[in-house]
Amino acid sequence: MLAALIIVFREVFEAGLIVGIVMAVTRAVPLRGWWVTGGIAGGLAGACLVALFAEVLSQAFAGSGQELFNATILGIAVVMLTWHNVWMARHGRELAAEMRAAGEAVAAGRSSLAALAIVVGVAVLREGSEVVLFLYGILASEGSSGANVFAGGLVGLVLGAFVCALTYFGLLRIPGRYLFAVTSLMIAFLAAGMASQAVAFLAQADVLTALGNIVWDTSWLLSDGSILGKALHTLIGYTDQPTTMQLVVYMLTLGVTFVLMKVFAPPASPQQRPIAAE
Amino acid sequence: MRGLLGLVIVAALSVAGPARAEQYSVTVELVVKDKKFEPAELKAPADKRIVIHVVNRDATPMEFESKSLKAEKVVVASSEAIVRVGPLKPGKYEFFDDFNQRNRGTLIVE
Repeated sequence: MLAALIIVFREVFEAGLIVGIVMAVTRAVPLRGWWVTGGIAGGLAGACLVALFAEVLSQAFAGSGQELFNATILGIAVVMLTWHNVWMARHGRELAAEMRAAGEAVAAGRSSLAALAIVVGVAVLREGSEVVLFLYGILASEGSSGANVFAGGLVGLVLGAFVCALTYFGLLRIPGRYLFAVTSLMIAFLAAGMASQAVAFLAQADVLTALGNIVWDTSWLLSDGSILGKALHTLIGYTDQPTTMQLVVYMLTLGVTFVLMKVFAPPASPQQRPIAAE
Repeated sequence: MRGLLGLVIVAALSVAGPARAEQYSVTVELVVKDKKFEPAELKAPADKRIVIHVVNRDATPMEFESKSLKAEKVVVASSEAIVRVGPLKPGKYEFFDDFNQRNRGTLIVE
């Protein structure tokens, strides 16, 4: 039971942080609940599929199928997050200025919401497939009582959902006019972190082995395995032993995001930044 | 999305890498049986790409994971998979089963 609790909590925790951020980012957009729920449902369905075909996936591409799959879905999430940030740099002001009732803003809000729903789906898919595999493994083998495993999993799920709620309500405490700036920054770091995780998978798959040396080791200070390390890993891509390539791609993703946000920001009236709009 | 583009460009620049690495790679065997790594201590040479051939003989899935080796890979029940790591400097590198963290092992690179 405890094993099920720990594994489920750990995975739901990581996905929950991302869902919490997305909920906070989209708080002004109508119908966001449906989109996020759809993302979660899609992610869960995908997780079951991935777990079901785990062996096929693993053998694909000369044994690198799993790594390439992980890198690909992380890449998709990076694209969606970046696109959302750039879109918000352009239209965030309209939303912030309570123009969301206007038909145009609502329609535009939806397309950005779709990108974030995909991010939620990808997060749930990645973490969920491990949970499904693990729980299925326990049930199939040890003949351990299903009720016990179920109870453990449920407690893990509730605790993980609690983290999600904590993230959401924590972010909502940020005053409205700073929320946009804060969440944009969080999303940029989220994307950079995911890009650097994708690099690790590509290296494992032999696709991107250049600059694979480990630059520093801060595991003595903050281990990836600790709960804070894990939270920072999800939020900003913290890893205690980054490679040169991971750092390069991390900085590149951040840099490109900020440049694009600047380029696509609306040429402005007196109040320039969307952040300052109010 | 440009982030990914950047990633692709960098990937393209390093195409020369894989072939070379593959040529100089060594394979080591690692069996998982009764929730234990056999052997719990692997040996491999330094400065070479290392292919760890993981054979899971248990009826439960496992996840080969290592922070210092930068590897994580799910190996489903009664199946096998390969994990590529390195090239590495001499030293000790710990790995574990993420689904059963009491099961730990070490890769000794020399």
